[in-house]
Amino acid sequence: MADQQAKPDAGLSLQVTDLHKSYGALEVLKGVSLEAREGDVISMLGSSGSGKSTFLRCINLLETPNAGTIAVHGEDIRMGTDRHGVFKPTDAKQVERIRSRLAMVFQSFNLWSHMTILENVISGPVHVLKQPRAEAIERAEAILQRVGMYERRDYYPSHISGGQQQRAAIARALAMEPEVMLFDEPTSALDPELVGEVLKVIRSLAEEGRTMVVVTHEMGFARDVSNKVIFLHQGLIEEQGHPSQMFSNPKSARFRDFLSNTRH
Amino acid sequence: METERTFLEYLRHISENLSPLDFLLIYDNLGKFFEGALVTLQLTILALFLGGLLAIPMAIARAYRKPGWSQAIWGYTYAFRGTPLLVQTYLFYFGLGQFEAVRNSFLWGPVLSDPWWCVLIAFTLNTAAYTTEFLKGAIETTPEGEVEASKACGMSPFTRMRLVVLPSAFRRALPAYSNEVIFTLHGSVIASTVTLQDLLGVGRWLNGRYYLAYEGFITAMVFYMGIVFLISIAFRMAEKRYLRHLRPHEADPSAQANATI
Repeated sequence: MADQQAKPDAGLSLQVTDLHKSYGALEVLKGVSLEAREGDVISMLGSSGSGKSTFLRCINLLETPNAGTIAVHGEDIRMGTDRHGVFKPTDAKQVERIRSRLAMVFQSFNLWSHMTILENVISGPVHVLKQPRAEAIERAEAILQRVGMYERRDYYPSHISGGQQQRAAIARALAMEPEVMLFDEPTSALDPELVGEVLKVIRSLAEEGRTMVVVTHEMGFARDVSNKVIFLHQGLIEEQGHPSQMFSNPKSARFRDFLSNTRH
Repeated sequence: METERTFLEYLRHISENLSPLDFLLIYDNLGKFFEGALVTLQLTILALFLGGLLAIPMAIARAYRKPGWSQAIWGYTYAFRGTPLLVQTYLFYFGLGQFEAVRNSFLWGPVLSDPWWCVLIAFTLNTAAYTTEFLKGAIETTPEGEVEASKACGMSPFTRMRLVVLPSAFRRALPAYSNEVIFTLHGSVIASTVTLQDLLGVGRWLNGRYYLAYEGFITAMVFYMGIVFLISIAFRMAEKRYLRHLRPHEADPSAQANATI
């Protein structure tokens, strides 16, 4: 910690600098940066194709960025160019360790379908964090209680509703005791009547001071819960700031258009 | 004793007067058939077990297209799936002994000169080839989102394979694997062509010894049917247990723990 270079700031939970990502000729991210302090709730908005999900997936390296740096609590993810000239992380073990500190909640839940809800929640703690099984179960049950899924702990994912699956997926993420939680459009795959129960859980996590980055289409959530909003447009940050300013007084024309298109 | 004698008398009566089959002779030789069944089961189970163990790493190498390995394994599975098991068995049993080097090697005495081992090797490599290919298919159809979820929580590739990819793939492969088990059992009759007294071997022996047309074969057939019946029951139970998550939810699982289904 002491002898690292000056750049990554250990006071920041998450620091992403100048991230670029292309798929062939298509440049999806053209240099996007983000800083999250502890307790920050950052909403990322943008129309589809703006690169917001790609950005989130680059943070835990589900997608490999072409350039840029990512640091978690001041620890830089070591990236380099391999012998084929491909830019990628150089230390697989470090990537695994960092991923275990950044829990991700997916749009389509991605629960492990052959495991019960409880097994889904304890798998990470037992097999990645090496917690004793009994302890992991005890903690998992408390977390499931909290997201209202305790009664469904022995169900398989295919036997419960989308909203319940997403709450179970949030429980799975929470069980990792992550430093930052990444939400990738957590309510977009849900039937409208199920959105509320999931948003309520995410909101309660935000209120207890969890650091989170949320890619979302829920304007109400972005406005009321987050303390920072980033609006992406075509791979660049078009506007960012506190939601109270951005929603009442949007500076960029594009964000104004975006707001007027989504508000009805 | 009283009932047994009457049972045997009864058997003799139908065998001599009513039936084209000599049940008494079959009854007298039942012990031999059970010995034959044991050889058949030993070969089948061992081949399936060893073949399955071989198939897992090969299927992984194929599914993830490990350079070099994948092509070599494809060549092997293509050869073993594209040629008759009988030819493969002959190759190991008759073919290998033609080579001086093989006859002089340390494996000749205990293993390669013994038909049992030759048959086991041929069966194992044959079932491994088929299992590799459909297991590869099952690995490839692991839902991408589930793989991503395991990456995202920091699982190493090994843990991911052990906890997510393989358990999921095995479950998807389970219905197809019951066919492979039954085909391997059926294929095991080839053991009788290289002097082994498996089920069919005993049947042939009985027919040959008493100049019979059916008795040996029909008895062997009944034994094979019995074994297949047990295999299908075993698979139905395994599917019930391991594919629970694919069926509609019938009962409250907390009730399931107490009640028997």
